[in-house]
Amino acid sequence: MEKILSLKNLKKYYPILSGVFRREVNTVKALDGIDLDIYRGECLGVVGESGCGKTTTGKAIIRLHNPTSGHVYYFGKGIKSEEPVDITITKNFALKRLGIRGKLQMVFQDPTTSLNPRMLVKHIIAEPIKSQERMGGRELEDRVIALLKLVGLTRDHLLRYPHEFSGGQRQRIAVARAIATDPEFIVLDEPTSALDVSVQSQILNLLKSLQQTLNLTFMFVTHHLLVVKYISNRVAVMYLGKMVEIAETEVLFSRPVHPYTYALLSAIPIPEVEHKLGRIVLSGDVPSPVNPPEGCRFHTRCPFAIERCLQEEPLLEAVEAGHQAACHRKHHIEALIAENFGQNWISALR
Amino acid sequence: MAKLLETVDLVTNFYTYEGVVKALNKVSLVVDHGSTFGLVGESGCGKSVTVRSIMRIVQEPGRIEGGKVIVYLDERDKQAGIDLLQQSETYMESLRGDRISMIFQEPNAALNPTLSIGDQVSESFLFHQKKEMCTKIYEDLCAPECQLFYPIKKIQQAVYGMASNNPYAVSLKIMNKVPILKRWQKRLKKEAKKRAIDIIDKLGIPNPAQVVEQYPHNLSGGMKQRIVIAIALACNPVLLIADEATSNLDVTIQAQILELLRRLKEEVISSILLITHDLGVVAETCDRVGVMYAGNLCEVADVKELFGNPLHPYTRALLDAVPKFSVEKELKSIEGNVPNLVTPPPGCRFHPRCPRVMGVCPQTFPEMKEVKKDHMVACYLY
Repeated sequence: MEKILSLKNLKKYYPILSGVFRREVNTVKALDGIDLDIYRGECLGVVGESGCGKTTTGKAIIRLHNPTSGHVYYFGKGIKSEEPVDITITKNFALKRLGIRGKLQMVFQDPTTSLNPRMLVKHIIAEPIKSQERMGGRELEDRVIALLKLVGLTRDHLLRYPHEFSGGQRQRIAVARAIATDPEFIVLDEPTSALDVSVQSQILNLLKSLQQTLNLTFMFVTHHLLVVKYISNRVAVMYLGKMVEIAETEVLFSRPVHPYTYALLSAIPIPEVEHKLGRIVLSGDVPSPVNPPEGCRFHTRCPFAIERCLQEEPLLEAVEAGHQAACHRKHHIEALIAENFGQNWISALR
Repeated sequence: MAKLLETVDLVTNFYTYEGVVKALNKVSLVVDHGSTFGLVGESGCGKSVTVRSIMRIVQEPGRIEGGKVIVYLDERDKQAGIDLLQQSETYMESLRGDRISMIFQEPNAALNPTLSIGDQVSESFLFHQKKEMCTKIYEDLCAPECQLFYPIKKIQQAVYGMASNNPYAVSLKIMNKVPILKRWQKRLKKEAKKRAIDIIDKLGIPNPAQVVEQYPHNLSGGMKQRIVIAIALACNPVLLIADEATSNLDVTIQAQILELLRRLKEEVISSILLITHDLGVVAETCDRVGVMYAGNLCEVADVKELFGNPLHPYTRALLDAVPKFSVEKELKSIEGNVPNLVTPPPGCRFHPRCPRVMGVCPQTFPEMKEVKKDHMVACYLY
């Protein structure tokens, strides 16, 4: 498989300022060293609880903010550079000159706030095209209509404002804006969490078909595991600014390794009556990312924490081909689950 | 099972500038003693308005136009139903938070940021259990082990003796206005706070004595939701209404709260009316489910029956639209949008989106029919 993006030890710390001189007293460690490869044509799901750094990862990749340290290498096609480009250190104008800005796009969570209420749909979708290339008025309008057709809207919608649309249609406009510049990679930051279930399925199906017709690579950020199971090929689980498990979707949902993944799987309410997993209810809350716990970050809530977890931070290591996990007890996890929560727990997953 | 709550043809309208929003169109549902009733539907279908009408807290410009809300507070006495819509506001005030209480969606918005947690939890004790608390304090004062300075003890005994007869007596009201004399309530507030600590402790929050001194911003989202539940449970309600109680929380915290509600249902509360848009939550926690669409209740059934054998086309479409755990297939979506309730479609409100629409659907509204035992559907197909 061909890589499209490679994240190397990516960190993002937000400073906490205080006092009269606004001195930096501490930092919120939103991302604390992330290594991740994203392959061309896949849909990578990123799941985790709120505040674990999912959105920060997405924003760092398309350089909506500058990471504190680390690198993001972009292996682009159709850009004016043969070498992989390090997005984190390239200057903003250089990104634009190389044609990278148009290749990396993003769809935001809430379509109500991400679309300018004072702009017509026509202008909203034309804006990214205008900033990338020169195009005549009629040509531009044809392009916008083609984009609208692609996302399931018609030319009647051109001269309307965002407030005249329903939530699902607004999200369609946001998707049309994101695919306007022929991107290769799109960060989808919780695109369906503000929508109703019936509309959510429309948007998910739209995204799936767009991915196939336009050869897109997606990074799908969400907290909803069942949505991820539906749309992604590969899933990365995050906890408190760290990747804890990365695996193919079927592998993650049938043979998870990290205890946090088990807890997440058991916590999702499943809309099927026969299918009942036992609950592994985690005690307590996510610790503050200002002072993350020593050692393994999950040890404060982990039911299987041992002495080693308190002292030594586990690294993200391969369990099998294409399946990585950061846990000291990753080879004994099935035995531990079976011992504490019963054997049928594991058989229920398979 | 005996009925606890019954709404009969409840109609609520909102008078806005755009026209009359017909938010509820003859909703009839029954919640039994000892069961968990789930109300599901998309946003804007009238789930929240239903429970707000039950509690009579529909805000302006909304008005409850007709119907009945009957509660049978006593499980054995089937005749003693009270129609809440006929009662006075004072009666409703004494009922809300005492016999029927409610958890709101946003714990941030439900808690007052300027009052400490202890004050907010003890408020419901001070409102609903003043008499019991005064009696208890009076008994404590009369007990031989009370080591109070004799004259003060005598005065306090007199005041609390009076309060235990009638906590809203005129003389006590006058005392509350006088700066020094209003200190008589100190003991009462202390007692309320003690009870608040007890109930917070019961909900599994670590060091409750410290938590009652804190303010809402000190707590995390899950903790705040527990405090809201504590306020709702303070007076041992018969019915707990949870309006999207877990939708703003993370999955692991949501699992904690659902587990807590299930435990409480076994121990303390009799029935729960759970409102949610998440079919997963319903499948895990409810016994009986009602599906709402555009202000109508379209299907009511037991949870297993509804998920195994959905009858109404909308329920089927809804179940096909959510991603599942064990089944891998293409998600189906419902064509079209939720109708505008100012001008709802005539007849069955689902007919413009329904895949099995017939000639009769746009003409008259289908009545609720019992197709099988305990399985009611409002559709002409059956």
